[in-house]
Amino acid sequence: MLLPFFQWCETLWLGQAVIGSSWLFPVIEAVHLLALSVLGGAVFIVDLRLLGLGLTNHSVTELWRDARPWMIAAIVGLIATGVPLFLSEPIKLYYSDSFWLKMTVLPIALVFAFTIRARATAESVRNTARRQALVGALSIALWVTVAAAGRWIGFS
Amino acid sequence: MEWLAATEYSTALRESLFMYPLVESSHVLFLLLFVGLTVMLDLRLLGLSLTRVPVSDMVDRILPWVRAGFAIMIFTGVLLFFAIPVRTYQSVWFRAKVIMLVLAALNIWYFHYRVYPNVAAWDSDAKLPWTARRAGLASIILWAGIIVAGRFIAYNWFDCDIQPQSAFVNWFAGCVVATD
Repeated sequence: MLLPFFQWCETLWLGQAVIGSSWLFPVIEAVHLLALSVLGGAVFIVDLRLLGLGLTNHSVTELWRDARPWMIAAIVGLIATGVPLFLSEPIKLYYSDSFWLKMTVLPIALVFAFTIRARATAESVRNTARRQALVGALSIALWVTVAAAGRWIGFS
Repeated sequence: MEWLAATEYSTALRESLFMYPLVESSHVLFLLLFVGLTVMLDLRLLGLSLTRVPVSDMVDRILPWVRAGFAIMIFTGVLLFFAIPVRTYQSVWFRAKVIMLVLAALNIWYFHYRVYPNVAAWDSDAKLPWTARRAGLASIILWAGIIVAGRFIAYNWFDCDIQPQSAFVNWFAGCVVATD
């Protein structure tokens, strides 16, 4: 059903520009990895705390407030680099299970991060340690799935 | 290196359908933990994030996770080298990565023995002395370079068996070039 859309994506100049260069894909891919690392730091500093680990002598509200701009910046960087990577090989991705897994879990991870997880960091709401730990573990599991599925695209 | 490549285990890892991608993926996934938390520590040193967290808290409570992540990066990284030793040894990107790893190690040494002993004087300051900020900046730049060089090892632009290469590439990669 979505195949015509992917075929249309293949015709866009941005993807063609990436294919036309031997350097562009690797360079964009490397920046994608740099942004992924920043995302990892911003995610782990908060999720470790939700799990009762890491900076336990600081409030998770404060840690989330400090990590959030870096998490948003990393996500913007990941999408800005992810789109041209996608446009350079949309048909291959259409037939990749890893790609579809990534695109299914990614929106879940994003919505989870800025709704349930954001609420779990608030002091006002009834947040038990057990609930926070569950949210932290889920957050790590979601982002690791997104990253692992992304890496696996390259092997399929 | 050729001897290493010929060993039974190197061949098995190189040719396995799942083991090589699994080790590779682990190496990439632990970037999230290892480089991620290193960057958060560096951002603290630079005064760009977590400015209300004392530096000693970051060192006491985050550094153990960084160390654990680093141990796994080294373990999976050695396995990846072990699977493809000859080509990796002669890769300009691998050699650049090793040089930057040595520089990163020197930076860590500098921070722990020259900067961190004075932590009590500025532990809770948002803006740290230049020596501490410099260490954080060097760390971010070096780890970014290490990630890029590491990713580029997979590409064959400068491989020894693709000639002609510039004299610098052949020298830096240690290529043995036939002359006629």
